[in-house]
Amino acid sequence: MVAYLIRRLINAVLTLLVVTLVTFGIFFMVPKLTGSDPALLYIGKTADKVAVEGIREKMGLSDPILVQYGKFLKGIVAGRDYANGPDVQHCDAPCLGYSFKTEQEVTPLLMDDLPVTLSLALGAAILWLIGGVTAGVISALRKGSIPDRAVMFIALAGVSLPIYFTGLLSKQIFVNWLGWLPEGNYVPFLESPSEWFIQMLLPWITLAFLFAATYARLTRANMLETLGEDYIRTARAKGLTERIVIGKHALRSGLTPIVTIFGLDLGALLGGAVLTEAVFNLRGLGYQALQAIRGNDLPVILGVTMIAAFFIVIANLVVDLVYSAIDPRVRLG
Amino acid sequence: MSLGPEASVTDEESALTADAAEVRGPAEKAIAGRSLKQIAWRRLKKDKVALGGACVVIFLILIAILAPLLTKWFGHPIDEFHNETLDPTFGTPKGAFGGISTEFLFGVEPDSGRDIFSRVLYGAQTSLTVAFLSALVSTILGVIFGLAAGFLGGWVDATISRVMDFLLAFPQLLFSIALVSVLPYEMLGLNARWSRVAVLVCVIGFFGWPYIGRIVRGQTLSLREREFVEAARSMGARSPRILMRELLPNLAAPILVYTTLIIPTNILTEAALSFLGVGIPPPNPSWGGMLSSAVPVYQIDPMFMIIPGTLIFITVLAFNLFGDGLRDALDPKAR
Repeated sequence: MVAYLIRRLINAVLTLLVVTLVTFGIFFMVPKLTGSDPALLYIGKTADKVAVEGIREKMGLSDPILVQYGKFLKGIVAGRDYANGPDVQHCDAPCLGYSFKTEQEVTPLLMDDLPVTLSLALGAAILWLIGGVTAGVISALRKGSIPDRAVMFIALAGVSLPIYFTGLLSKQIFVNWLGWLPEGNYVPFLESPSEWFIQMLLPWITLAFLFAATYARLTRANMLETLGEDYIRTARAKGLTERIVIGKHALRSGLTPIVTIFGLDLGALLGGAVLTEAVFNLRGLGYQALQAIRGNDLPVILGVTMIAAFFIVIANLVVDLVYSAIDPRVRLG
Repeated sequence: MSLGPEASVTDEESALTADAAEVRGPAEKAIAGRSLKQIAWRRLKKDKVALGGACVVIFLILIAILAPLLTKWFGHPIDEFHNETLDPTFGTPKGAFGGISTEFLFGVEPDSGRDIFSRVLYGAQTSLTVAFLSALVSTILGVIFGLAAGFLGGWVDATISRVMDFLLAFPQLLFSIALVSVLPYEMLGLNARWSRVAVLVCVIGFFGWPYIGRIVRGQTLSLREREFVEAARSMGARSPRILMRELLPNLAAPILVYTTLIIPTNILTEAALSFLGVGIPPPNPSWGGMLSSAVPVYQIDPMFMIIPGTLIFITVLAFNLFGDGLRDALDPKAR
């Protein structure tokens, strides 16, 4: 078990290294191949030579790529110093870089955005897990009935709807036409929990609806497969009540695959729900990433990618551990 | 002719009649087994929902191909400004529902007065082109790597599987945005629209191949051990022949199904990237781009958001319905 954990952790760190290396590569190599200069992208095409040289020096762009990468890694582990004109800027350990565009350290910048993304992802996750799984189980148990058809039709519509459309549509309907909810502005939980809740309600429901649709379809398919297994027939033949057959025998194995998907989806979302945040004007990690990409703010892009990859890797790890706990066939070793 | 499962599949109906034929004696014509293609077609014909989806898909493809003609007959050039259709103070379309009239079938864009009908048609063109070509890229890569991993095994399998896991556990949208935004807007001598289409095809296609690759690998692993492969090998068939003549025909069904099912995902991704401003560059029309320009005005002119949004929805839904139907028809286990 300990050996397994250590191996998985090493694997996780390696994955993170590859992700940063790839991100680094994309942002440094591609402009080179296509003949543009990251320093120029950064400062704008009209800049004079001296200014460009200055930026290059500040960003460390004159170093070879591997040296730059090494410095970046060192910053995460031990912190690093930046020369910003005559002053030296110190960036503490987990240093994800320094954004010369916004003149800010990346780590605190992203830490400010994290609560927004966390609120969005966790709230929506609770809703879609409960909604999607319940709908799927009911559908599977009443296969062919009108509720089943209705759920499956709505679910199919749900997986075909993009959030950047449903988000605008729900804002138009619930905010403008019906006036049930206020025009969104994020309020931190600690400031006013009730206000936070009201403001997040629409993003939660909209985002959760799309995921719930996928989960309802998956749950139904898994449950139907499980209900067709021999051991369910055996359980029924033993004279167990339907309640126990479904609740104890079918649900457990029918829902195991959902755990995997849920972990991965949540992990991916925690790294920034770019589209949802863009539509609802939530200044979370995804929104920040988008701004950074539009402004060619490489340190911020790298930082968000790192955090996103971090969550995905952690989610993978947690999923595997949880899996071994709920599925006795999986042995860690 | 492949000796695979295709050859031996008969459905319940033909099994019944086969019994009856035996009773009636050898004089009557024996009932031939049906190929998977025939069975699938029979099932698909009964699936009205899937057929409906297929009809919509065909209709959309026709619209996309005929976009220049339809625009000429029923619309206006995509970049022609019609200021006379706009309210001079607010820049919003005159008339109800975003200025829908017999002249402008889907109304006009706020601020510019461009014909939404024409722009939506050209949007369909880009959207479907990107979706189909990127699905093709994913399929080609997925089949090559999936087959290699499943058939060769060993370190090839280990490497490819590792890469696939890595790509699947990756902040994909973030990366697509990043990748697409650093690539130049004009290249290979194409204009902005088509060079962006090429970029989107490559990026979306690249991130999609592990989905196909994983399925092809799994199927290859199980097919490789089947008797008909052994039979072919014992008759002296070499690896290329086994791959092309024995394995690939049996993989055709899952490949077809999953290619169909990644097309709607690709449409959504293309629209998402255009919505975020890194897809098809304005003034070229795209559904995602139209939605994005609807964001500041959707409260005053909701039709401008509803039309491209609904089109995305209908297109994706149609592909999903057809893909689901195709999967059910081709899956022998389907209930």
